[in-house]
Amino acid sequence: MLDEHQASRAKEAAFHERQEKYIASRLAQQPEWEPVYRSYTGAPTFFDQIGTSLITVMSGFLLASMIAIPLGIFIGLSSTAHAAMNPLIQLFKPVSPLAWLPLVTMVVSAVYVTDDPLVAKSFLTSMFTVSLCCLWPTLMNTAVGVTSVSQDLTNVSRVLRLNAMSHVRKIVLPSALPMMFTGLRLSLGIAWMVLIAAEMLAQNPGLGKFVWDEFQNGRSQSLGRIMVAVIVIGLIGFLLDRLMLMLQRALVWDKSSVQR
Amino acid sequence: MKALLELSNVGMKFDTPKGQFEALKDVNLKIESGEFVSLIGHSGCGKSTVLNIVAGLLQATDGGVILDKQEVTEPGPERAVVFQNHSLLPWLSAFENVELAVKQVFKKTKSKAEIRDWVAHNLELVHMAHAMHKKPDEISGGMKQRVGIARALAMQPQVLLMDEPFGALDALTRAHLQDSLMEIHAQLGTTVIMITHDVDEAVLLSDRIVMMTNGPSATIGEILDVKLPRPRDRLALADDPTFVRCRQQVLQFLYEKQRKVEPMPKRNSANTEGVRKRA
Repeated sequence: MLDEHQASRAKEAAFHERQEKYIASRLAQQPEWEPVYRSYTGAPTFFDQIGTSLITVMSGFLLASMIAIPLGIFIGLSSTAHAAMNPLIQLFKPVSPLAWLPLVTMVVSAVYVTDDPLVAKSFLTSMFTVSLCCLWPTLMNTAVGVTSVSQDLTNVSRVLRLNAMSHVRKIVLPSALPMMFTGLRLSLGIAWMVLIAAEMLAQNPGLGKFVWDEFQNGRSQSLGRIMVAVIVIGLIGFLLDRLMLMLQRALVWDKSSVQR
Repeated sequence: MKALLELSNVGMKFDTPKGQFEALKDVNLKIESGEFVSLIGHSGCGKSTVLNIVAGLLQATDGGVILDKQEVTEPGPERAVVFQNHSLLPWLSAFENVELAVKQVFKKTKSKAEIRDWVAHNLELVHMAHAMHKKPDEISGGMKQRVGIARALAMQPQVLLMDEPFGALDALTRAHLQDSLMEIHAQLGTTVIMITHDVDEAVLLSDRIVMMTNGPSATIGEILDVKLPRPRDRLALADDPTFVRCRQQVLQFLYEKQRKVEPMPKRNSANTEGVRKRA
């Protein structure tokens, strides 16, 4: 597969070289001509697909975290918000990614209509599906972390008359950080798992699509290639988890919470 | 002389599943500036509730508290609290813990350098200058409590409230901290209200000992004036007749007049009650 990748890169380089030559020669004949640059259209290789998958999972995960952390803090601080949101959370948490996907696809197709797409629809669909599925652990853990801020520390904050913002920043956030990271790690694990399924169905050019294509084309090497893909998927999942652990070690004050 | 702090007819009722529980009733107390007052009583008698009401962490259901002509309605730095279990923020160093308080209180009146000096000064006052950049996890229980006291003192409170500040410490560390506290009290003349279980501690440190009756509907039983000259020395006092008599009186109150009736009631401490009831 490494050979394939290199062969494809060589082809791509050759393509760009041909294009440059063509444009140069045409510009020499007609200086007023606006050159049209076309991108290479060859099939993505396994390594390109890994890259796409990583980008997709990270954007989905970041989007989810950006929603889940503030919302979790809010829910943790206000018991009314907790009572209002909890049934919704419990309702949506167990929904399978495969159920979200058609819904997300429809919404994205309907809403994201543009002639000059910045990103592919399949990317958006996979990303939103990932976000929707990996939102919940972070949300729940942040909320629990915030709720379990020690009463003594809250009293300190009250005696100091910290306002709401600095209360959250100085007391709540650091206290809840270990719990939050537990949630984030769970979330990233789920995100990676969901991503493969989402890519298969959304045809986002990532690892999921690789597996699906190999399954569909039924070559004699397909079985072996899928097995490689499975192992690579596992390895990347493991590395992502390690990455989160390193981040947690760097950021969290309570080193005893970062053992496993 | 007009009292600095005045509690008048303070009463506290908690709503429980079994109906109302009256923890405190008709607590009247006047404290003058610079006085050191101890609250003593069996656990569950509402000592901590009294302190939390003065701190503003709890709202009295009857009566009220007036500090320097103003009614106490919410917590504030002019009534700094030293909590029983230090309550330092574990992710900040000793210095940063005190700094957080100082920044909050003196944000507008002190410059950055002044804030730094003031923090360092307060840590020196409690003999913690050598470990000011250590995290709470890296220092001993006694040192944590010292930092807690430094944090409270750094707010320049009108009244310093201490909720069993030395309760969780071993006897030797406790003696050290009591000496430090006496030193600081002599130096700064802060008004202090301290809750304690320890009769010796109460007699050694206080100008007055407020003894509380058992709950429910606890109130002030007796107030004992400790007329011992300051500075006090724990060794010299051990067989001082006044010290022994004061100690005797407190013990009599606690073990004869207000014998704790077993079995212990289910709510074993007003402290946890106060903690559970948050605003």
